[in-house]
Amino acid sequence: MNLNLSSVVLPVSRRLRRAMPPVACAVALLCVPLPVRAQADLVEITREVVPGASRPIPVSVSGFTGEALAVIEFDLYVQGFSFTTPDAAQFLLSGSNDGSLTGRAMDRINKSLLVNKSYTGATLRRQAHAFVEDFIRAIGRVPIDASKKIAFKLDTGANSEIYVADFDGYGAQAVTRDNTIVAAPAWVPGRLALYYTSYRLGNPDIFFHDLSTGQRRVFARYPGLNTSAAPSPDGRRVAMILSKGGSPDVYVADADGGNLVQLTHTAADESSPCWSPDGRWICFATKINERRVLAKVPASGGALQVISTRGVSNPSEPDWSPDGKWIVFTAQMGGFEICVVPAEGGTATVLVSGEDPSWAGNSRTVIFARRQGGRRVLSLLDVPTKQAKDASRFSGSSSQPSWAR
Amino acid sequence: MNVNKLTYLLICVVAASLAATGCKKKPVVVTPLPQGRTVLPGGEKPSELPEGGKLGPGEQVGTGGGALAGLEEFEGMLADRAALAAHTVHFDFDSAVVKKSELPHVEAVAAALKADPTVKLLIEGHCDERGTEEYNRALGERRALALREALVKRGVAPERIRTISYGEDRPVDPGHNEEAWAKNRRGEFVLLRPK
Repeated sequence: MNLNLSSVVLPVSRRLRRAMPPVACAVALLCVPLPVRAQADLVEITREVVPGASRPIPVSVSGFTGEALAVIEFDLYVQGFSFTTPDAAQFLLSGSNDGSLTGRAMDRINKSLLVNKSYTGATLRRQAHAFVEDFIRAIGRVPIDASKKIAFKLDTGANSEIYVADFDGYGAQAVTRDNTIVAAPAWVPGRLALYYTSYRLGNPDIFFHDLSTGQRRVFARYPGLNTSAAPSPDGRRVAMILSKGGSPDVYVADADGGNLVQLTHTAADESSPCWSPDGRWICFATKINERRVLAKVPASGGALQVISTRGVSNPSEPDWSPDGKWIVFTAQMGGFEICVVPAEGGTATVLVSGEDPSWAGNSRTVIFARRQGGRRVLSLLDVPTKQAKDASRFSGSSSQPSWAR
Repeated sequence: MNVNKLTYLLICVVAASLAATGCKKKPVVVTPLPQGRTVLPGGEKPSELPEGGKLGPGEQVGTGGGALAGLEEFEGMLADRAALAAHTVHFDFDSAVVKKSELPHVEAVAAALKADPTVKLLIEGHCDERGTEEYNRALGERRALALREALVKRGVAPERIRTISYGEDRPVDPGHNEEAWAKNRRGEFVLLRPK
């Protein structure tokens, strides 16, 4: 597998030593009785996503209790950390949450203090999220931004509605009460606004819903199918699937619905468009010679190019990572598997069972839906380590998550 | 929590951190977070939909849902689900090809439309759960469009036919086995009668 990993593998200890004043003194060495562990035990902190091939970084967490502890452990687990005793940990996280949260993070190997903060305001959950964000930023990585919400489809018996929640599933709120099928939510980048598909007017139509004002309007309502809206990274254009031309095809329009352009002209059915972060490409699922493939077209129109997903079959539901390097998608091979492939195509890596993945802004964590019995539950996946954990549960079947970025 | 307690806590943390690092004073930085979580105005009760948007040519879609002796309204017409219920067409897995064995149903529906020029037709495309959701929404549309094509070939005017895809969202059998899936991969014909 060619993952193009030539660059920036930064052992954290050396990086931080450069950043910190030389403070290693005799007292510190005396305070910590254990010798520095062999270098081989260190997990290198890298900015590169190595799908499914990275070891989790061992940390110890002490002093926190209850909800704060649960939030800290959840956030760390879905960003590639594992839990161990202080003498085996690479980083030591400690603190307290008596009223408000105080947190401290130390690099056990070079004894540097990474975070030493007290948090006030908002909720204890938010304080715990903020502490983990500070720690992950201190070791040179991009953390999950806990202020970014998820939107998803929640089945309510025969119907489904759109809900939004924190990324870990807490604080869920209904966005629609249409008493029909509502599906396929997609965030507008940088805004508290969604596009989604609702059958409220007797047809699958695309709606735009500004959650900051509560106002919504019909965005696309052509004869036949109007679904899978995907706003461009700058929010000015929207890719979507329409069938008004006689077959489900990819179209793109301006954010006001005007300037509609048909981008594919196939007899096969296209589905689930997404954008490259530079706004130049639209990637989607289609069929060529009855074989399901991922493909892309220039957003301004042009020839269709297949994106190779060697090693897996029946790809659909692509999502392009915000750093531009990867496309995560669902492969159907008996069951459903979350897979990732370099954005230019290549050999795919199977990560975990599930479907409909959506990247977080950190280009590392993915939210997806996992089938359990007859229903679906939302789950988070750390792509490099394949560590996955369910978000908090809802009473109905929840699917089609979209992570705001 | 009162101020004294907080102060005591901070002192403890600073002391602990000094003990652990042993050599450099590191004051605790306090990070205030904005109060409250994001409130979504109108989230619980979406505002009424304004007219407009990008409507297809000549469409006036009714609200639907209101049962009128089993008939619901669709585009100003009454939707009669019972009339053609016997002619539901079934599809193979992941296929939108109308099988030869299903063609008698298509013939019967074509005959019903030719016999009464006042009626129109709504074709619903449905899928089993063995596909991703938006893929199935597209596949259901392609099934409905394949049936539309077969009817047009038999002389039905295309402007009398509307299609709608429900993907996997409206199964007739909620089971998770081959028997249920075979029933759910279907195209249903709904006769639209003038009011």
